[in-house]
Amino acid sequence: MTEINNTIEKSPVKLTREDFMSDQMVKWCPGCGDHAVLAAVSKVFPEIGYKKENFVFVSGIGCSSRFPYYVNTYGFHGIHGRAAAIASGVKIANPKLSVWIVSGDGDSMAIGGNHFIHLIRRNIDVNLLLLNNRIYGLTKGQYSPTSPLGAVTKTSPYGTIEHPFNPGELVLGAQGTFYARALDVNPKLMTEIMFEAARHDGTSVVEVLQNCVIFNDGAYDEITDKTVREERTITLRAGEKMIFGAKRDKGIRLNGTSLEVVTLGENGITEDDLLVHDPYQTDPGIHLMLAKMAGPDFPVALGVIRAAKAYATYDDLMEEQIASISAKSKIHCMDDLLNSGDTWMI
Amino acid sequence: MAAKDSKVVEMEEVVIRFSGDSGDGMQLTGTLFSDTAALSGNDLSTFPDFPAEIRAPQNTVAGVSGFQLHFGSSKIHTSGDLCDVLVAMNPASLKSNLKHAKKGATIITDIDNYEPKILEKAGFASNPLEDGSLGDYTLVKAPIRKLTREAVAELGLDAKTADKSKNMFALGLLFYMFNKELDHTFHFLEKKFAKKPVVIEANKLVLKAGYIFGENVEAIKSTIEVKPASIEKGKYRNITGNTATAWGLMAASEKSGRKLFLGSYPITPATEILMELSKHRNLGVKTFQAEDEIAGVTSAIGACFAGSMGVTTTSGPGLSLKSEALGLAVITELPLVVVNVQRGGPSTGLPTKSEQGDLLQALYGRNGEAPMFIMAAASPVDCFYAAFETAQIAMEHMTPSILLTDGYIGFGSELFRIPKMADFPEIKPPIAAPNSDFKPYARDPETLARQWALPGTEGLRHRIGGLEKSDVYGQVSTDPQNHERMTFLREEKVQRIANRLPEQEIFGQPEGDLLVVSWGGTRGFVRSAVERMQKAGHKVGHAHFRYIMPLPKNTRQVLSAYKKVLVCELNAGQFVKYLRMNFPDIAMSQYNKVQGQPFTVIELTEKFTQTIQEA
Repeated sequence: MTEINNTIEKSPVKLTREDFMSDQMVKWCPGCGDHAVLAAVSKVFPEIGYKKENFVFVSGIGCSSRFPYYVNTYGFHGIHGRAAAIASGVKIANPKLSVWIVSGDGDSMAIGGNHFIHLIRRNIDVNLLLLNNRIYGLTKGQYSPTSPLGAVTKTSPYGTIEHPFNPGELVLGAQGTFYARALDVNPKLMTEIMFEAARHDGTSVVEVLQNCVIFNDGAYDEITDKTVREERTITLRAGEKMIFGAKRDKGIRLNGTSLEVVTLGENGITEDDLLVHDPYQTDPGIHLMLAKMAGPDFPVALGVIRAAKAYATYDDLMEEQIASISAKSKIHCMDDLLNSGDTWMI
Repeated sequence: MAAKDSKVVEMEEVVIRFSGDSGDGMQLTGTLFSDTAALSGNDLSTFPDFPAEIRAPQNTVAGVSGFQLHFGSSKIHTSGDLCDVLVAMNPASLKSNLKHAKKGATIITDIDNYEPKILEKAGFASNPLEDGSLGDYTLVKAPIRKLTREAVAELGLDAKTADKSKNMFALGLLFYMFNKELDHTFHFLEKKFAKKPVVIEANKLVLKAGYIFGENVEAIKSTIEVKPASIEKGKYRNITGNTATAWGLMAASEKSGRKLFLGSYPITPATEILMELSKHRNLGVKTFQAEDEIAGVTSAIGACFAGSMGVTTTSGPGLSLKSEALGLAVITELPLVVVNVQRGGPSTGLPTKSEQGDLLQALYGRNGEAPMFIMAAASPVDCFYAAFETAQIAMEHMTPSILLTDGYIGFGSELFRIPKMADFPEIKPPIAAPNSDFKPYARDPETLARQWALPGTEGLRHRIGGLEKSDVYGQVSTDPQNHERMTFLREEKVQRIANRLPEQEIFGQPEGDLLVVSWGGTRGFVRSAVERMQKAGHKVGHAHFRYIMPLPKNTRQVLSAYKKVLVCELNAGQFVKYLRMNFPDIAMSQYNKVQGQPFTVIELTEKFTQTIQEA
């Protein structure tokens, strides 16, 4: 892992997992994917290395949004859909905080959709963990904006008639600079991704595909089941060829303007034909194609799909503007302002 | 034409109403006249009256923009009822503004605009300049377009460019009528058009042409002298309520050492506060133009959590959208400041007009028991002091707070005696010390304020949020007794603010026949009407409330001091409902107006007289 360089103050002592353990009883269902995310956070925060007081968790409403109570940082449990807006205020007010949003597919894709896209558009330097279980859990089993078309839930007994969002497409459509996808059943990858999210300057969206044991059990079985995972997912790493499969014999290449799955050794295909993953490229074209890959024809892309330094962050631009305007201004305090412009003595 | 001999008539106060097409520059004309009057020592108050549409069809009544100025040699409380002088740049502005003119008023109008088609567009069946319908007024028929074009002929401008200076003609004419100097306007033009010398020259020529026309036109038989007012000595400026609100907030930020963060979404008539604050990056102000009203308030709540003085500004419909988030600020006990510049409602209602219809929404428009500190500014200048105080109380008592202003005082302007920041108190929020024994809901025994623990501070990590928390310790709690205790603690915390509030004053004798009660932006009109009644010998007093929640501690005594109580408000009776609920044994009658317009002094004095006479 590369070291993180920014203005957030580092801890003078090496922190451990225990530094972030909360004394609260964790009340998620046994087997819920949220536990894995919590474990990954406690593992990665000491590695990120900031002072423990500089981490802030902000959440909205939903099962995942209870997260701040279970991790020992500054925490704010907001209202439904608004975590992104609350976190924007926190980060703009104090850019020297490491701000983490925990949100779900209902919270960020439905009621908070507007804040989600505008957070990304502004490129405010916060990290958003999008825990996507494709169902409303806390309200007990209604379909969400990411439930697949036809999903049978308590509010769609005959199957949904809505096309779902693919969060990655939304992130890239909103000009996102960082998008990654993880699986709750692969904590190692999740930890790696979270570190990269922290390292990225700008809004980092980490989508975690996770299971809801109660209301949507097996939501991702077709890609997470150990017997098929290697065949149906591809883990992307910067600078590496896009290879996947249990035997590492499959790859992704560009065929014309589309991606194509090829088998190494067939029809003279070699590794040289495969795409090399470049999450840092500004052009989001390939990133979008990767984010959209889905079965049965394609593996689902995991890992950091995009981490481009495409735009300055909102919070940096704000600080720069304040510094440059203040330096030029003749008005340094309220008395100056009150006495500026047209005034007269009586 | 030879300059005529004209008399000088002295007047104590004058109301001028400028009106014209939206593009005619009437707001600027009014402002320039106001500034000149102020510089010559007059007290004044102004109010712009413009349409919701940016550029409604030309020469229609819908497109008329107005600006009213009330200036005088005595204390001016309001922008005035009916005008003494009406400037009507076209038939449509005459049509829509004649009702605002006194009988006998001087009407200045551009006769070059009275072509049949334009008259028809304005809804006149015949030409009012010729059909005798203006017989009750002094009519100054000015060929403004023609003389404007002639004045700039030497500059070789095209007619369209020349016509842009027509407003300067009207202004010059008024300067003549009121014996005012042209210098201030010259300076303004030189500064504003520094890069376009020809525009400066054109405007100056037209301004002088208007002045000379005044000297020569027979219809103006005398000029009017309004002597300087005997107002408190000091340094003054003109200020609108919205700018004053912005500056009051900035002053509170300076005095508290908490950086000002504004999360806001543009909405009439509150947008000027966002625009004003966005200018002041030089003083570290962070303005965040959010994607919607909800993001405006929730980002401000986030900023409060992070240790800033978080503010959101809005108008009625926006306050509705923010309701849920206000509850979040109540339960997390963060010092959020909300400014609601009220307009006509419900729904989109009358966006550019003023009303006091959001009082009950501010008091009760949230789910659950969600008390907030609420105060209401009384005038454009008071917006400065009320904004300061709202922020001060929010931070020192750790409670979300609402400042109610309205479109009338927000857009209106007054002379502002420039205060010194040294005269304002330091604001001391209860910020928790690093590594102290901080508990999220431990309270100050006197105020019940909890401590503000800023993220980044060592040893204070904690979690707050929208779920009910245990008293003192701040753990998520569904315990029934705890919820009830926390509910009453939040209520009691707001009620205890009354301990620091000044007593409610009565303007007038300690007792008498009629106590007039008002609140918020109506103070000027009600005060003027009460003064008029008092001068006529009536035993009328005035209690004007700035503090709404909590009410001043002596409110009961004040409401009981006079034989009758009349509560006047620009809504259907919201403050009177609130007072009746709090003091069910005190009889109160009410006077309400819901027309999107301020009270007039005339209608108030009539109502007061009638109320006194009723058995």
